[in-house]
Amino acid sequence: MSTTITINGNAVALPSDPRVSLLDFLREHLHLSGTKKGCDQGACGACTVLLDGEQRILSCLALAVQYQGRAITSVEGLAADGQLHALQQSFIEHDGFQCGYCTPGQICSALGMEAELRRGVPSYVTEDIGAESIACSEDEVRERMSGNLCRCGAYNGIVAAVTEHHVQLHRAAPGAAA
Amino acid sequence: MNPFTYARALDAQDAVRQGAAAGSRYLGGGTNLVDLMRETIERPAQLVDVSGLSQQIEERADGSLLVGAAVKNTALAEHRAVRARFPLLARAIASGASGQIRNMATVAGNVLQRTRCTYFYDRDGAHCNKRNPGEGCDALQGMHRMHAVLGASSACIATHPSDMCVALAALDAVVHLQGVGGARQVPFTDFHLLPEDHPERETVLQPGELITAIEIPALAFGANSTYRKVRDRASYAFALVSVAAALDVKDGVVSDVRLALGGVAHKPWRASTLEQMLRGQPADAVHFEAAARAEMADATPLRDNAFKIPLAQRTMVAVLDRLAAVHS
Repeated sequence: MSTTITINGNAVALPSDPRVSLLDFLREHLHLSGTKKGCDQGACGACTVLLDGEQRILSCLALAVQYQGRAITSVEGLAADGQLHALQQSFIEHDGFQCGYCTPGQICSALGMEAELRRGVPSYVTEDIGAESIACSEDEVRERMSGNLCRCGAYNGIVAAVTEHHVQLHRAAPGAAA
Repeated sequence: MNPFTYARALDAQDAVRQGAAAGSRYLGGGTNLVDLMRETIERPAQLVDVSGLSQQIEERADGSLLVGAAVKNTALAEHRAVRARFPLLARAIASGASGQIRNMATVAGNVLQRTRCTYFYDRDGAHCNKRNPGEGCDALQGMHRMHAVLGASSACIATHPSDMCVALAALDAVVHLQGVGGARQVPFTDFHLLPEDHPERETVLQPGELITAIEIPALAFGANSTYRKVRDRASYAFALVSVAAALDVKDGVVSDVRLALGGVAHKPWRASTLEQMLRGQPADAVHFEAAARAEMADATPLRDNAFKIPLAQRTMVAVLDRLAAVHS
């Protein structure tokens, strides 16, 4: 059985102590400090990373050993060839942050949310939960992003950044992003 | 966090064999257990990881679903058959926790999650009969606005925090278990226990027994169902009161109804009194209100949570009104 985990495309050895959370593994062992520790109890979303490309999870409640053989993308893995990810650029353009502490979690969470919308995962505010695809309204974004707190209160900018990115995706590939 | 050993189970048999060891706990998504271990409320010597076991949702010929214990909450909520036939279940799951937590949490882990009573969590600062049997309950005279109004005892007034379980109670789900001695099935409404004198006993699980699946029987009128959650903020908060209900109305008369309440008791509360009163009666506000009052007749409010009684009544009536409107 593999004793490695893939972080931003690189296979690395897992910690020997099973108590190490995925969050502490990223920050303290691999020195990838982009992922933030806010509450360390699953309440704030600052530690959100992507599992196997598009599932958003909380790295603070994840034991690193439990993700043996899986692929994790942290905020450091989003930019390519020196170019920011389009969603990162959208956060800058829409003032989606003030202090920036929650931003890596917000961005990873929003990317996971987009994948969920594409798959038709219902939210509590979805009227027609039988629908094939779900439109990206402001109500949907606010409900689906409720696991990411922003103490500066930059929510209007965050919603604008996420919505604008979703619209751009839709325009670029209407079949791929419902 | 106390030290522990970690092992992955290969299958249910292997899990049960490893789970028989003293101090062993099963690990699903970890969203509750890891937090409780960090708070040292849970101190297992060994974790047996069962999150890699059954992740199948089997659609059976009789219209029932067999949901593997390790199915993620998100996967159950997005499943086409759940959205079409059991919208109350999809909506209940979508109302719980956050998107990230729903992606991690397993179905069996959701069923077995512990109460969020702050006194249960406060290991160094509070008395709790659930955490330390016999030492008393600080919630009785403390901050108990979120606590139980039905089925509580002088030993414990904690509530069960799950939304998904409220829908499963209304749906007459069945819990499939595997132990060293063999397999058995338990009706969902019998799986969780009321606190009585032993709030540390939360379910009928025997030591080392593993949930392998949740069976959801067919329900002909399941498509006319919903889940409504009332809470202090619009999203990502535990329920003050919640209602899962399905309603079948023919010619203005209730031919069948299923209803369960969340946020009001130590377990998901099946509203049997209301269901019995409504069958065969006109599907109108007068009858809905009378049945909702009767369901809460035995409620015992504490100093700060009496508001839950009229809130539960109004929420039941509002949900039934909405489900009845589909027929008119």
